[in-house]
Amino acid sequence: MAKVVAELKYSAEHEWVAADGSGPANIGISAVAAEALGDIVYVDLPEVGSTVTAGETCGEVESTKSVSDLYAPVTGEVAEINDDVVSDPALINNDPYGAGWLFKVAVTEEGPLMSAEEYAAANGGEL
Amino acid sequence: MTENYTALYEQHKLAGASFTDFGGWQMPLKYSSELAEHHAVRNAAGLFDLSHMGEVWVTGPDAAAFLDYALAGKLSAVAVGKAKYSLICQEDGGIIDDLISYRRGEQKYLVVPNAGNAAVVAAALAERAAGFDVVVDDVSAEISLIAVQGPNAEAILLTLVPAEQHSLVTELKYYAAVEVGITVNGAVQDLLLARTGYTGEDGFEIYVPNGDAAGLWEALLEAGDGHGLIPAGLACRDSLRLEAGMPLYGNELSREGNPYAAGLGPVVSLKKESDFVGKAVLAELKALGAGSTSGRKLVGLKGLGRRAGRSHYPVLKDGNVVGEVTSGQPSPTLGYPIALAYVDVEHSEPGTALDIDLRGKPEPFEVVALPFYKRQK
Repeated sequence: MAKVVAELKYSAEHEWVAADGSGPANIGISAVAAEALGDIVYVDLPEVGSTVTAGETCGEVESTKSVSDLYAPVTGEVAEINDDVVSDPALINNDPYGAGWLFKVAVTEEGPLMSAEEYAAANGGEL
Repeated sequence: MTENYTALYEQHKLAGASFTDFGGWQMPLKYSSELAEHHAVRNAAGLFDLSHMGEVWVTGPDAAAFLDYALAGKLSAVAVGKAKYSLICQEDGGIIDDLISYRRGEQKYLVVPNAGNAAVVAAALAERAAGFDVVVDDVSAEISLIAVQGPNAEAILLTLVPAEQHSLVTELKYYAAVEVGITVNGAVQDLLLARTGYTGEDGFEIYVPNGDAAGLWEALLEAGDGHGLIPAGLACRDSLRLEAGMPLYGNELSREGNPYAAGLGPVVSLKKESDFVGKAVLAELKALGAGSTSGRKLVGLKGLGRRAGRSHYPVLKDGNVVGEVTSGQPSPTLGYPIALAYVDVEHSEPGTALDIDLRGKPEPFEVVALPFYKRQK
């Protein structure tokens, strides 16, 4: 069963958010989502300096089988994107909570986020 | 719709498969990574459960004449031991299914329709059999089908075949079938082995009674140890057949389409002396130039960028819709996006630059000859 990391918060659209208040929040997609998508072959991320809005689309993730929108789980300015994941999207499948992170946002407002327990209960992940 | 499970469902579950509904069947979509499974079939071997496919026996003195009438191809011309790819059409030329028919005797054929169409095809055959001295027997529920596909398929299979029968396998031609002894659960059993597939690689399909399916599956997995064989799901089956330019019923083929637009004109035998269902309309469509000078035609599209077109995405020429994608995804073997699409015949020449409308963004593609991928023999 796909792993859900306890220390993170999650959106209903399967993004995880790592925010400890010390800097921009790190954002990625959950292992549950990565597994459901299948092998990811392309990722389209928001531009550094652009503003993303919680609950709105900010990019796309394309797997061998399908294309899915990427939703911003928070509102704020994009501080950094993971160039490694753009050139090697398989990182998202291999390490969704680590090397497969997607982008960082200087958060002005969080969208509705779930705890790991709530997310795992709703989506069948394993804590 | 009732959910059907193949005799290998437990094997798939134990192997960690994720499942998908396909034609009313719970089938393994993938076991781990569909890309790894795809590459295994291209470079070594993959093991597929195709038990959702139908099996219909057609037997009797009129078997050949009956299939000549019921199907678009000339099945009476198929030699015993050989197989033929054919279509079953409606009176209006629409395609009910594409199927493979194996001639197993002068008066005996095994017809293999697609999963979702098995019952419909069996019913259509039974209906068309009126006036012919034949028996149409749908045994789909009793028979499992297991495929070994890939360059190592023959070597793997031979480990389960008694030495004195090896030549039956090594000399078996593409689109031919033979009864051969295969060791299952410690005993040699005569099973129908066909050199056919849906992957663009060399490979075999084995028809086995449900009760022996699990034993054969395990035996093949064990035989494939050291040959790079892994179980392979429907996700990679789809990417493999797409690279090989093979149509999928429901995507490229339908009751609304016709064989000429689908590039399957050669499968329709208008020269057949006898009448067959759909003949009049198909002859008319051919005379009108369907798929060559009029209407739309199925073509291959090669992506010039990284984004893939998907089923139902519009195909554009200078911003105008000139077609629609039926199947598309990034090609794991070739490394660029590929798609099958119906486009207006005037834009169907290889080399034509077209765009696929990717959810509002035009992405450049080029018409290319099919198949996208052809194995080195």
